Amino acid sequence: MLKHILTSLTGGPVTEAAPSPADPALAELAGKLDKAAKARLGRSLSIREVDAGSCNGCELEIHALSNPIYDLERFGIRFVASPRHADVLLVTGPVARNMREALIRTWDATPGPKWLVVCGDCAVSGGLFAGGYACVGPVEEVLPVDLRIPGCPPRPTDLLAGLLALLETSAAR
Amino acid sequence: MYGEEPLFGLLNRIGTPVESHRPWPRYRLGRDGWLRLIEELAGNGWSLLGLWGEPKAVHAAFREDFSGDVAVVSLDCPQGRFPSLSAVRPAANRLERAAHDLYGLVAERTTDPRPWLDHDAWGVRRPLSEQPAAPVPSPGPYTFLPVEGEGLHQIPVGPVHAGIIEPGHFRFTANGETVVRLEERLGYVHRGVEGLMQGRPVAEAARLAARISGDATVAHSLAFARAVEAALGIEVPARAVWLRALMAELERVANHLGDIGAICNDAAFAFMLAQTSQLRERVLRTADACFGHRLMMDRVIPGGVATDLPERGAGLLRDLVAELRKRFPPLVAIYDGKASLQDRTVTTGFVSAELVTRFGAGGHVGRASGRDQDSRRSPGYAPYDELTFEVPVLTEGDVNARVWVRIREVEQSLSLIEQIVVRLPAISRGLDHPSVPVEAGRGGEGMALVESFRGEIMTWVRLDGEGAVARCHPRDPSWFQWPLLEAAIGGNIVADFPLCNKSFNCSYAGHDL
Repeated sequence: MLKHILTSLTGGPVTEAAPSPADPALAELAGKLDKAAKARLGRSLSIREVDAGSCNGCELEIHALSNPIYDLERFGIRFVASPRHADVLLVTGPVARNMREALIRTWDATPGPKWLVVCGDCAVSGGLFAGGYACVGPVEEVLPVDLRIPGCPPRPTDLLAGLLALLETSAAR
Repeated sequence: MYGEEPLFGLLNRIGTPVESHRPWPRYRLGRDGWLRLIEELAGNGWSLLGLWGEPKAVHAAFREDFSGDVAVVSLDCPQGRFPSLSAVRPAANRLERAAHDLYGLVAERTTDPRPWLDHDAWGVRRPLSEQPAAPVPSPGPYTFLPVEGEGLHQIPVGPVHAGIIEPGHFRFTANGETVVRLEERLGYVHRGVEGLMQGRPVAEAARLAARISGDATVAHSLAFARAVEAALGIEVPARAVWLRALMAELERVANHLGDIGAICNDAAFAFMLAQTSQLRERVLRTADACFGHRLMMDRVIPGGVATDLPERGAGLLRDLVAELRKRFPPLVAIYDGKASLQDRTVTTGFVSAELVTRFGAGGHVGRASGRDQDSRRSPGYAPYDELTFEVPVLTEGDVNARVWVRIREVEQSLSLIEQIVVRLPAISRGLDHPSVPVEAGRGGEGMALVESFRGEIMTWVRLDGEGAVARCHPRDPSWFQWPLLEAAIGGNIVADFPLCNKSFNCSYAGHDL
């Protein structure tokens, strides 16, 4: 164990350079953040993740953001345990009807100013599950969406680019 | 207790075999036959492999574990009722409740008649039956089991949990710090997979199968593909068989690495997660470079595989195995040598051998409690019959044993990947990618048993004459593991629940469908 720690100390970080903020995401976000919100957030975002019917694929890649290679926390972005501590809800899944109420309650428990980011094709469009009796479809049919990160599941670099765009926009000017 | 009567012996007497069900037989039973079967089940050890409904019929699958004989039994229920198996096979209960919620089938004399997947939120009742019904006008709350006693209090958790995990509700009853009872309520991520598959062409249904449970996407795709191939009598190219096994083992290694770290992280030993998550990332990147997707989603398709290994793939995989063999053992030594970590995992979350057998639980949950079952070996499927591997089995039944089973499985899978990489070049490449067309215009029924990282998946499929899916039931291993988690946490402190839960790592999406 000591050897591992020593290697970590002397070997330099394994963390990789960040991708640049996603352009389409920046465009989507432009104008959505008012000045007061920008001032309040600075360069820090607390994210609460909500699985609203995902297959767990998105969750695996969101988890990967916290590993030392992507190291999300270096940007001031962190995942929090309660919506009451969150600035952003990160929602996955085609909104299973059995999760609809829990999702809305979680959103209501999040204090403003707040943003909603949807992650993955299911949350963006309903994906393969749209049209069934058990799912509502895109998250935007239930709650207002600020940013969409498509993919099945999105790669960690896509997630990172999207979240950085949110950070850039909220910290700009 | 085992094998007083061979499976087929009984079923040949009480039922009639159905044609075109492969590779194992399906028997149609009358009501008397079904009742006779229940009598027999009370006295023998046949494992329940699954139970699923149709609008006017119910099916169940069993295995005689010693011989490996597998059979499906079916009962027509024109009145929408069938005698419950839950008294003799407790694992059947939740499956019967699911069949009730989806198809309106009533299990007579069941041990627990409460709804399971239906949370009164769909806007319809029994959505997959012939006559879906209007929703209950003003549904009441779900009834949890009553708990009485001095000094007891309840802790409701979920469906939205504190971590980045799937949704489900846990109702703890505790006395001080000690959990007296855990009751699970699942179904929050029910997406209607079985309903969506109906009437879809095989290729589209395969994409749904790949999204039953994202962490076991290869295994579920493989189970679906093999069930379809069994139904149609298709033989897939040899190279596809080997590539499928390669993907399945990569998936197993990636998940075990992530979970071993996450279990230690739940014991406040974040170092391990920081290390194993790097190894997991290494596996996913190799998978991406070899197959074009980090989780290898949609890469196993009915008829074969969607992509062949690129020329440089073999080298990448050899490098991966070499690196993991170098970096993983020192981490195992650390796990084994940290008293503070062992203090949390040893004797925590005990599950008895009797219980895993009674519920037919597989995977690391079963094998850490002495149930020596792995469907790669029995009933077995290609190419594992040509590969050398061991199935690690322990008997302690605690969190520590489940961690060690996973550690040993990582080692075995690395050896399997190496063996496959050595054998692959000798198996000729096709022109584009190794697969055969799945012909439309033929029907049939097929089933498959596939070992995912979590345990045994059973997928049953019926194809209509147009080559579309008439009915598909993918049974995730979690169905038989979730009930045992309730037992595992009993007598432990509340703070050890995350450890127990992560050591199981049951799928919510795979279970809820």
